[in-house]
Amino acid sequence: MTLNSEDLHQIAKIEKDKQDGFQHRIHVCVAAGCLSCGSGVLMDALGKEVNRRGLDNWCQIKGVGCLGLCAEGPLISLATSGTYYQGVKVSDVSDILDALGGNPVGRLLCPADTAFFKRQVRIVTENCGRIDPERIEEYIAESGYESLYLALTQMTPPEVIEQVTRSGLRGRGGAGYPTGLKWTTVSKAISSTKFIICNADEGDPGAFMDRSVLESDPHRVIEGMAIAGYATGASQGYIYVRAEYPLAVKRVRLALAQAERLGVLGNNIFNTHFNFTIKVRLGAGAFVCGEETALIASIEGRMGRPRPRPPFPAEFGLWEHPTLINNVETFANVPPIIRKGGKWFAGIGTEKSKGTKVFALAGKIVNTGLIEIPMGTPLRDIVFAIGGGIPGGKGFKAVQTGGPSGGCIPEQFLDMPVDYDSLLQVGSIMGSGGMIVMDETSCMVDVAKFFMEFCMSESCGKCAPCRVGTRQIYDILCRITGNQSTPEDLAMLEDLCDLMKNTSLCGLGQSAPNPVLTTLKYFRDEYLSHIHDRTCLAGACKTVVEVS
Amino acid sequence: MAKIRLATTWLDGCSGCHMSFLDIDELLIGLAEKVEILFGPLVDYKEFPEHADVTLVEGAVSNEADKKNIVMIRARSGILVSFGDCAITANVPGMRNRYPVGEVMKRAYVENADSVPAGNGGVRSEAAGVAFQTVPPLCQKARPVHEFVPVDVFLPGCPPPPEAITFLLTELLAGRIPDMTGRTRFGA
Amino acid sequence: MKQHPQKKVRTDLNPSRLLTFKIDERDVSAHEDESILTVARQNGISIPTLCHLDGLSERGACRLCIIEVKGVAKLLPSCVTFPRQDMEVITNSERVVTYRKKILELLFTERNHVCSVCVSNGHCELQNLAVELGVTHVRYPYLYPRHAVDASHSRFSIDHNRCVLCLRCVRVCDEIEGAHTWDIMGRGITSQVITDLNQPWGTSETCTGCGKCVQVCPTGALSEKGKSVAEMIKRRQFLPYLQMMRGRQDDSWQK
Ligand SMILES: Cc1cc2nc3c(=O)[nH]c(=O)nc-3n(C[C@H](O)[C@H](O)[C@H](O)COP(=O)(O)O)c2cc1C
Ligand code: SF4
Repeated sequence: MTLNSEDLHQIAKIEKDKQDGFQHRIHVCVAAGCLSCGSGVLMDALGKEVNRRGLDNWCQIKGVGCLGLCAEGPLISLATSGTYYQGVKVSDVSDILDALGGNPVGRLLCPADTAFFKRQVRIVTENCGRIDPERIEEYIAESGYESLYLALTQMTPPEVIEQVTRSGLRGRGGAGYPTGLKWTTVSKAISSTKFIICNADEGDPGAFMDRSVLESDPHRVIEGMAIAGYATGASQGYIYVRAEYPLAVKRVRLALAQAERLGVLGNNIFNTHFNFTIKVRLGAGAFVCGEETALIASIEGRMGRPRPRPPFPAEFGLWEHPTLINNVETFANVPPIIRKGGKWFAGIGTEKSKGTKVFALAGKIVNTGLIEIPMGTPLRDIVFAIGGGIPGGKGFKAVQTGGPSGGCIPEQFLDMPVDYDSLLQVGSIMGSGGMIVMDETSCMVDVAKFFMEFCMSESCGKCAPCRVGTRQIYDILCRITGNQSTPEDLAMLEDLCDLMKNTSLCGLGQSAPNPVLTTLKYFRDEYLSHIHDRTCLAGACKTVVEVS
Repeated sequence: MAKIRLATTWLDGCSGCHMSFLDIDELLIGLAEKVEILFGPLVDYKEFPEHADVTLVEGAVSNEADKKNIVMIRARSGILVSFGDCAITANVPGMRNRYPVGEVMKRAYVENADSVPAGNGGVRSEAAGVAFQTVPPLCQKARPVHEFVPVDVFLPGCPPPPEAITFLLTELLAGRIPDMTGRTRFGA
Repeated sequence: MKQHPQKKVRTDLNPSRLLTFKIDERDVSAHEDESILTVARQNGISIPTLCHLDGLSERGACRLCIIEVKGVAKLLPSCVTFPRQDMEVITNSERVVTYRKKILELLFTERNHVCSVCVSNGHCELQNLAVELGVTHVRYPYLYPRHAVDASHSRFSIDHNRCVLCLRCVRVCDEIEGAHTWDIMGRGITSQVITDLNQPWGTSETCTGCGKCVQVCPTGALSEKGKSVAEMIKRRQFLPYLQMMRGRQDDSWQK
């Protein structure tokens, strides 16, 4: 079966009409966060109650992806009135249905006109919380697969790449490598077989952007990959997703099956000569398997260990063939770029960082959850306006971005715009988008220790500086927080960080010292008071009585 | 010319390094004219001197007494030399580091004890192990000297070869800090 | 076995490009597919290595062979870096020598290399590197981990206390002997080489008993039974010979 644009429009129209047929539409968040606090049961209860009242044709109950404010789940939204309810329980079902069309239920109301919702600009997450991720028709109703159609039928591969390049999109997997450049390189590689890989390994502690996108809008990623396949000359894609994301895996698999059935994946897509299929590969939850060469090894069935680059995967990747590897969010940005043009995308964000970025807000912050904001939004706005500030009236201390490879940004940089280059300047990185807020009760040495412990246990052990260096640094940090350190330890700490940064084989080892280095730079007094006065300035570390 | 005031001492070692020192043979005679040996297993003084120009330390820091002594020795020494592998890496004494102290003590002084102390009904036990009362308490791990005090010169080897010791002393006598690179090695 | 993309089978029809570049200010000439390490050694310039062994695939993992290239900020492993025309390589700047020393020191702290009681004492690459680089003591604290010795094989034994995880044994067994008895288990500091599915070496059904792993091991980790302290001298002459007889290019490359 081959599909053409008419069919696509037809599907979209049927779906829209169907939705318009309902007086009310209730969206229940069934992404992992809300599901874990009972949104599945809630959705069932809503459905049963609607059915009992005989309102099936009047009110639609729909499971949707992430609504963003994960900390307040289960969340539901009334699509027709724009009302959000938070912390909804099964016992609230009757009240909610009673209130439809009238005044909303006050006690459940989640204020929707706050900065949390208003400051966000949704590109990647435009469908999150609006469509049912388990139905391809809903995606199509939101202009889904239109970009693929456009690319395949009206653009040449160089034109597609041209749009991506012009958009200024940079990789969302961490390093911010220009996506257009990467696509061009792969398209230039000479090989009859090429591969597209979507990196959904998302190993940073506290990060869940990619999971949310896959759970809430899997087709967007699939479409992005297919467009990339067309642009670079690849006909096989892989989504490498960690096995700890069972819901994302399930929805991706379902989406792939639907896409294949409809013919937006497979052979002769949209009656062209373009063939593209995607397979899912599960990662076993090793952080290092997010590193591209380790990821490729893992897909090939070998041990997930990085290898020296060059040669880069673009030239020498999966099974020795040229391979394009991009992050989930990178691919998710592609369909709107093709649909609306690179110029449109380049109009959002800052000079060198275009578009938006999805962040997972976590730690000591009121609005824990997922946000998408334009690049260049000041850190202060993210933490205080959108994030709602620090709970319990505590003082702000630092923001950690970039996970174990990133750094801690102190108060003095709160007015810094959040983009790739500014973050790099203060010693941190954009990373994949984890943002952990720390208040005055956090000991920064302890924070550094936490991340170093993570890197130590996630180091693959291939190269000596990282394998032994992480352990030695961790030991020193333990001595410092345990108040058993000497002034010489500080020098050794800096010495080891420098060694790892400069001699480790892969990005894990090269960036593992970042949390230590930034805390040393901005919170040196906390180290010194541990070492010299045997006290923790934040009062977080319990004094260990010295035992010989 | 004033003689160099030399002290030698051992912590947790086997005396092999001192043996190697004696192995510099006839050079000892020449040395005697330039060096005054203040303290060490080779001479019979009981107290570590107030000041030594050069001190050779053999052995690892292994028990509480070593820990105390090495600080004192450092304070009273001009140039402190880590003399041999045990002082530098903990070497053989360090081989016990893989086992808990309790197990080591039991193995050494109870299980491997030659004779059963009299008056104990022929039973070997910790309480009966004489060493449990007389030996200074062992540290959790035997560790190199330089983890406790700053060391000026390292002379690796198990034991360091006489030629390396000669070179070290010649350099020190000439008022230079010797560079031992290439003259000896761990385990030599 | 993978071929490094930079490497190729040189024939009349497919000749390799020749180029000249500089190592430590000296002009040298090279095939484009010869690593900087190879060319340096051809010219008598020594670069320390541990995981590299002529005849085995490259891993680029020990990081001891790092070099500086003018105009490149990063330090590059010379075993998997290839020359370009007019490139300027520096193999012995203070920066790289200092890093090499530190890496070596870290390796010494990682396990229990008690040289004095080692079968390979005096014939050990790790020990020799310490001499070469002037490491007379180790500044970082020793970790003194507890590792096992497996002496279940009738002719050989492995002492994990002395293993530096260079994986030469894994590679020689896989690439030359074709048995793939050895592999690696765990990750990070808990990595360990294993035989078969982590069972005693003596019970391995794949091990042919050829002893190649023992001969390529740089330290005293793998040794022949019956050898006492300082008696284990490794013989590696077989490697280039086997390479040649089996018609393999000496430039295979493990990803
Ligand atoms: C240790 C390590 C872990 C990584 N983990 C991830 C990850 O979880 N997800 C991801 O997309 N990229 C990760 N990366 C980055 C990838 O190597 C690669 O650069 C990225 O997937 C490229 O995609 P992009 O160009 O779209 O950013 C990691 C890199 C390193 C060094
Ligand atoms: S830096 Fe760490 S994770 Fe990367 S190759 Fe080396 S040991 Fe493995």
